[in-house]
Amino acid sequence: MMKEHQQYLSEMVKELKPSGIRKFFDLAASIKGVISLGVGEPDFITPWSIREAAILSLEEGYTSYTANPGLLELRQEITAYLQKRFGVQYNPVDQVIVTAGASQAIDLSFRAILNPGDEVLIIEPAFVSYAPLVTLAGGKPIPVSTHHSNGFKLTPEQIENAITSKTKAILLCSPNNPTGTYLNKEELTKIAAVVEKHDLLVVSDEIYAELTYDDEYTSFSSIEGMYDRTILINGFSKGFAMTGWRLGFLAAPKPFTEQMVKILQYTTMCAPHMLQHGAIEALRNTYHEVESMRRSYRRRRNYIVQSLNLVGLDCHTPGGAFYVFPSIKKTGMTSEQFAEELLLAEKVAVVPGSAFGESGEGYIRCSYATSMEQLQEAMQRIKRFMESLESKESRVQKLSAKN
Amino acid sequence: MRLSSEELEVLSILEENHRIPVEDIALMVNSSVEDVTAIIKKLEDEKIIVSYPALIDWSKVVGKENIVAMIDVKVTPKRGVGFDDVAERIYRFPEVTSLYLMSGAYDLSITIEGKTMSEIARFVSEKLSTIDNVISTTTHFMLKKYKHDGVIFGENNDRDRRMVVSP
Ligand SMILES: Cc1ncc(COP(=O)(O)O)c(C=O)c1O
Repeated sequence: MMKEHQQYLSEMVKELKPSGIRKFFDLAASIKGVISLGVGEPDFITPWSIREAAILSLEEGYTSYTANPGLLELRQEITAYLQKRFGVQYNPVDQVIVTAGASQAIDLSFRAILNPGDEVLIIEPAFVSYAPLVTLAGGKPIPVSTHHSNGFKLTPEQIENAITSKTKAILLCSPNNPTGTYLNKEELTKIAAVVEKHDLLVVSDEIYAELTYDDEYTSFSSIEGMYDRTILINGFSKGFAMTGWRLGFLAAPKPFTEQMVKILQYTTMCAPHMLQHGAIEALRNTYHEVESMRRSYRRRRNYIVQSLNLVGLDCHTPGGAFYVFPSIKKTGMTSEQFAEELLLAEKVAVVPGSAFGESGEGYIRCSYATSMEQLQEAMQRIKRFMESLESKESRVQKLSAKN
Repeated sequence: MRLSSEELEVLSILEENHRIPVEDIALMVNSSVEDVTAIIKKLEDEKIIVSYPALIDWSKVVGKENIVAMIDVKVTPKRGVGFDDVAERIYRFPEVTSLYLMSGAYDLSITIEGKTMSEIARFVSEKLSTIDNVISTTTHFMLKKYKHDGVIFGENNDRDRRMVVSP
């Protein structure tokens, strides 16, 4: 006789927490007329010439597997791009792997470097996948909190405090999801010193590299002495508006990529052939479109940061990505309560900061990857919501003064 | 005229949508309402911003459908003033909605709008071809407008297909 299905399942998988975002998605999806500031992807559709290149590829019958690490032609474009944009040099033949999104690249990295019990520092608030992927690879995610007081920037001391003899690597994400925080060259150099001192590796998630608004981007791999310690992860999802294509890539020292290719070979073979042709076109001919999208996000960032501060939600100015992370602490609510009440009262969806780790509590993530018209309307609604909270509060105060 | 990056930014915002309030533009470019107002005034005074028309799809309005034709015109340029003199004589007609000097097989490209085909035919035979220096005209009637000034007409398929909330 068969036992309960639960009893057949892997303990590790059962213990994985479902993403805090999922819960909110279900609630928001059940309400009509919602303006969503909860979307973690561009509001642009992939530039036409990229789509056309993939269509052409299908028409011409490119429907076979490619080499495991991807088409050499694409890897060559990737290394040329990394060299030109970030000044880092990789060999297209054996140092680059095309993956199913940055997501798979992160997964490959952890699987390739972690032994059971190895610790990986996850800088929180953090993208929801990192910790579960470390766990699935047999490692132990160690959260490191950053703080609003310095714009959620990671400091060398915060790393030092979390390091043990088991620490293997740090996952760096700049610009960050959900805070939008960007680390400049000077800040990265200070972090590099700690990495060197403790002989660590860095998995550098640079998926938002094209979306910085005040400074030129610095890749962690370009910091002196860090090339050999870095697995550079990037992709097409955000900068090129290609999330649904599931195309990303990683670049790393050859001893790492050699091992990762084995994993890729046995798990997914390669990224889809015709879509890789789209990616070649993206890197070759569409950079002006990336720049125009960046300009558009920058305007919206300026607008939303100032508008949120004007309605009394304290918000730092993030240097990149398309998220702002205002504090809702003054309302006295938890971030989940706030997000839920805002959704029910004004039909604006935001993501509670607690979904991104403990230090996200007291904040909400607002994505400004949505049209200016929608942002303007959302700000009106948030303003009304904040006013209703204030008048409620003053009523309560008056009542308690009477008693 | 060389413009500052802030002025260029204001232009590009207005080009996309000129009905956006000055207060919002100021937030978008990290500037004050006074400064943005001054920038817009300067751009208007310099005729860099020429006007703020609305883009209307008249074909959707019963009784207001216009007939549009594009006319290629060959002219002999006049000594001293080149094409400008002839061009001026043509663009003064209110039914001419655009006029360009072109390189290639002909010289001037005219867009003209009228209520009926015969109205346009009359313009060509009575007004245009009688102008001195106009050697020949070729008239093309527009059958359907798909895209105009960067805007796609008709049904918009680019609606938001994203999930409401995602990581
Ligand atoms: C920080 C971060 N890394 C990685 C990803 C995943 O990107 P991809 O679509 O390339 O898998 C995301 C997507 O939201 C992200 O925010």
